[in-house]
Amino acid sequence: MTTLTDLAASLASGTIRVVDLTHTLDPDFPVIILPPEFGQCARFRMEEISAYDHRGPAWKWHNISMSEHTGTHFDAPSHWVSGRDVPFGSVDAISPENFVGPVVVIDCVAQSNANEDYEMVIDDITAWEKQHGTIPNGSWIMMRTDWSKRQGAAYLNMREDGPHSPGPAPEAIKFLIDERDILGFGTETVGTDSGQGSHAVPPYPAHYYLHGAGKFGLQCLSGLDQLPATGAILIAAPLKIKDGTGSPLRVLAMVDNT
Amino acid sequence: MTDPLLAPPKKNPQRRSTSPTRPPEMRSRAALGLTAAAAEGRLALQCCAECATWQYPPRDACVACLSNDLPWVDFPPQGQLLAETTVQTSPRLYYRERVPWRIGTVKTDVGPIILVHIHPDVTPQSAIHLTAHLDRAGQGVLVAMPPQETSNAMDAPLMRELTADPKHRRVLLTDARAENAPAMAKALKDAGAAIIFIGESESWRPYTARAALQEIGVEFMPLDVTDTLSVQTLAGEIGGKTDILINNAQFVRPGGALARGDVGFAQNEMDVNYFGMMRLAQAFGPGMCKRTADEANSAVAWVNLLHIGALANTPEYGAFAASQSAAHSLSQSLRSEFRTAGLRVMNVFSGPTESDWFASLPPPKVLPQSLARDVIKGLQAGVEDVWSGDIAKDVRDRFRRDPKVLERELTFGGDGP
Repeated sequence: MTTLTDLAASLASGTIRVVDLTHTLDPDFPVIILPPEFGQCARFRMEEISAYDHRGPAWKWHNISMSEHTGTHFDAPSHWVSGRDVPFGSVDAISPENFVGPVVVIDCVAQSNANEDYEMVIDDITAWEKQHGTIPNGSWIMMRTDWSKRQGAAYLNMREDGPHSPGPAPEAIKFLIDERDILGFGTETVGTDSGQGSHAVPPYPAHYYLHGAGKFGLQCLSGLDQLPATGAILIAAPLKIKDGTGSPLRVLAMVDNT
Repeated sequence: MTDPLLAPPKKNPQRRSTSPTRPPEMRSRAALGLTAAAAEGRLALQCCAECATWQYPPRDACVACLSNDLPWVDFPPQGQLLAETTVQTSPRLYYRERVPWRIGTVKTDVGPIILVHIHPDVTPQSAIHLTAHLDRAGQGVLVAMPPQETSNAMDAPLMRELTADPKHRRVLLTDARAENAPAMAKALKDAGAAIIFIGESESWRPYTARAALQEIGVEFMPLDVTDTLSVQTLAGEIGGKTDILINNAQFVRPGGALARGDVGFAQNEMDVNYFGMMRLAQAFGPGMCKRTADEANSAVAWVNLLHIGALANTPEYGAFAASQSAAHSLSQSLRSEFRTAGLRVMNVFSGPTESDWFASLPPPKVLPQSLARDVIKGLQAGVEDVWSGDIAKDVRDRFRRDPKVLERELTFGGDGP
């Protein structure tokens, strides 16, 4: 109990700060775009049921609709074909201790500013480890690009040949899974893969390898610049959707403020 | 000739806007044949099937032989102005606010003497050309026009009452991403629209037609007909100056229920094609209805672009056609709801258009320019129903002959399961 009591005291005193890493669920927030003959990711939508009026005199409420993969969201292993047979691979089946864990932030801002298609490589990881030590097993890895600060068309950065945004190289993702046994991988872009990830081998390598290995994804994160390189705790609990492959969620981090 | 209509001056904010009023609406059931023809821009009168006598006004039995077989037939429009008067006052509010109003009688070449509104360019006791229009009550009326076209004839106050001409009016086109958007914007510009607002959804997603639209000179406004808040926000912004709303937002994918295996695209189709129209109506309708008598740039028309599958299902696009039937039915409900204000709902039916999602179908297809031209012509004529292209006209005619035969023809199957 002492640890939790200490935690409560630290939260109350502000020595531990809670940081919100979530974008607002907004109807106009970008979603991933697939060729139009495929089914599409539903945008966030909100219909007013009543607003203290004749439709319901004392209350206001909305019906909302969206995809499992709209806005800041969590990818479960069953999201990808490689993870279809992973046990407990849907959001409702994942054991809850997975939703709270240490988070490591690898700063790729300079590289992404220089190259919008930047792929995070193993060298970026080893450089981080040289400074902060080996990534502990069971960590969330966040690829920080400051992409969440982009607005409008610059976010998807869609061109004739598809979207252009940074993401991890296939071998870097494999390294994190095989050598560091991470809990999951998160990005500020619309997906865990780079914009041009569909042209990699295998296509969408982050999705393919992460979910095949039973790891999780977080995307459309914001505010990664408020996290330290290591030492923070991430809280990312998806909605308990039956057989759900993912879920919009509020992603929070506890950060040491001392 | 008529003096050209000048762009209306900025509105005096201290003057009360004229309230929407209407000419008398009541007609006998027999007389509604005139309205039905006028609703698609035709002049038709009853012509006895037994003795071939034309008659006016419409009745339930032939004046010559008492036959009740009185089909509505396209009427030869030539005649001579017999007598006329100019009404200076009227107990009817609608006319009271619009006098002087010229009316008279016409002796038509094929017989009947007909009561008409008279265009100012018609000279007394001269030959005239008869046309049928819908008045502000949505009822068919007959107008004596000069036999030869005169300049600016459609600018006369009488014709502004009977048409929905885009000239000097402010138009909202709801979807900049639609393949017909540039052609539509261009046609509206050429027809003299004062402002063309164009709804742009998901500005975070580029599209090629934007440059062309920019060049035509449209005002891009954020609008996504599937997002209620965005519709309400835009109505708050420009709802008070939207004179013509053209809803060209449409979601279409091929296939019926079995070809798809899920309801995803069908939901998109209903969300854009049906609920989209409803959201627009709920947000823009009340404001437009209040402004139907608001001087030369009054709110005048609501335009829906519909696929002909609205009338009878076209199975290659079976699920889409269902959304068009829903939209068509809603448009009829809107007609009833807008009728009191005199705001016209114009449906423009077309067959497959020259666009990505109908690419797999053989010609003929409706070009964006043809569709745009038909929209403008429909507004200038003030009709309720426009049939754009050969396929729409063909399906319309077959539908009118026998809906069940048409349904059976459209739903032939192949061999085997």
